[in-house]
Amino acid sequence: MEYDIVVIGGGPAGLAAAVEAKKSGVDSILVIERDRELGGILQQCIHNGFGLHVFKEELTGPEYAERFVDKIRELNIEYKLDTMVLNITEDKIVSAMNSKDGLINIKARAVILSMGCRERTRGAINIPGTRPSGIFTAGTAQRYINMEGYMVGKKIFILGSGDIGLIMARRLTLEGAEVIGVAELMPYSGGLTRNIIQCLHDYNIPLFLSHTITRIDGRDRIEGIVLSEVDENKRPIIGTEKYFECDTLLLSVGLIPENELSKSANLKLDNITGGPIVNESMETTVEGIFACGNVVHVHDLVDYVSEEGSRAGKNAAKYVLEGLGRVERIINTKLGKGIRYIVPQVIRLENIDNSITLFMRSDDVYSDVIMNIKLDEEVIKRIKKRTLTPGEMERVNIDMSLLKDNIAETLVVELDRGEE
Amino acid sequence: METICIVCPIGCRLTIIKDDTIPAGYVVSGNQCKRGERYGILEMTNPTRVITSTIKINNAHLKRLPVKTNGAIPKDMNFKCMELINSLEVQAPVKVKQVIVKDILGTGIDLVASRSME
Repeated sequence: MEYDIVVIGGGPAGLAAAVEAKKSGVDSILVIERDRELGGILQQCIHNGFGLHVFKEELTGPEYAERFVDKIRELNIEYKLDTMVLNITEDKIVSAMNSKDGLINIKARAVILSMGCRERTRGAINIPGTRPSGIFTAGTAQRYINMEGYMVGKKIFILGSGDIGLIMARRLTLEGAEVIGVAELMPYSGGLTRNIIQCLHDYNIPLFLSHTITRIDGRDRIEGIVLSEVDENKRPIIGTEKYFECDTLLLSVGLIPENELSKSANLKLDNITGGPIVNESMETTVEGIFACGNVVHVHDLVDYVSEEGSRAGKNAAKYVLEGLGRVERIINTKLGKGIRYIVPQVIRLENIDNSITLFMRSDDVYSDVIMNIKLDEEVIKRIKKRTLTPGEMERVNIDMSLLKDNIAETLVVELDRGEE
Repeated sequence: METICIVCPIGCRLTIIKDDTIPAGYVVSGNQCKRGERYGILEMTNPTRVITSTIKINNAHLKRLPVKTNGAIPKDMNFKCMELINSLEVQAPVKVKQVIVKDILGTGIDLVASRSME
């Protein structure tokens, strides 16, 4: 089997990429999805608030997904469901299998990786105590409740204040469960502030910042947890233990880009984002393999995932049809003070039309700071920021005119407490 | 009072001060757009929320159909709305936006399907 572009993952990133690649003039595209339908995790995110940027209205996850799935059908883009990709090679041979075709090898001219991310589990965070049933990741609970129709418990504690955890706190409360608290290791929430308001404050659910679970009780089913306050080094403070009875514990303790396949293709990964290193075109370190969405870095809005998917799709099409500019000058992005990561990591000016968007997160909570964008030592843009928090991704647009005539080799973003 | 706007993901920090000398009754500051001002005043006078949930669906590939109110309903009706939602059951196929309950609880807002299911 041969295709011009093979997209791995039929979630919001992959669908947007496939749609844009088709619109850019590539006809031979295959989307491979391991679930029984397209749409990815959006199908279980039945809450609303999606699509404000892309569609200028508030949609639920399934509604947002349906718009892209409809486009895939309208444009006659091929897709395979219930199909698991096992391996990708550096020369872009994709091995996949399903129960109809058996094992298939697909030769692609370009590959777009859009496998999304997975949740960290109890094993990733080492909570002491017994190992009873009743401990779920927030996303698994979400799928049980919203798609399969199973309730996960009655008296629930949530560890971690990521958006999925917050949204599940509201969801479970509406379904009649008692959510007794949400605990967060950090001194600030990991989720969007609007979710703290509409998911916790609306239902009087307490949020315990700088707290963690130090024991799990229960033999067959979880019976309770011990919550402790932590010091500035995140170590539990003896004497602060509180006991909470509960029959269920949800974990919302972070997401990890899903890059097993990227490793098989020998891509270089960024050890901070956990995703592949990408350039301005969303191309990875292997020529012709592109990546987009949560497989690159975990986004907080699906709108930005789609946007990144479109960018990957457009550039993959350009790569197939005419080739990408390959390279007179490379600018590497560099982390300045207060910045935890920047995507893309590499910028090739000849492939940028008008402007480039950088995605980044701060490493702590800051208020009233100036974000300096510097080429080597020279400040080319200053942006005032009222608040920055690691839970909210920042996007910075840099106009091509600011980069064009400069001969700098690094683009630095840093936070400056400033006098202004 | 201080609160955070939930209209969009920017999450502006709003300060809302009562002021009986103007028609709206409140002065909102900290918002970056008009919708934030509207939200701030509504939050003081009649807070509303969109409800999203699921209902039982038969003959589909999944057991639950996601539904939503196609507009915000008064916040204090959330649980009453859920009680009604929990009693509902539909047959596939269903189209997105299909009205499941018209004028839910007399709010003028409809409960609609939030995806298609064959």
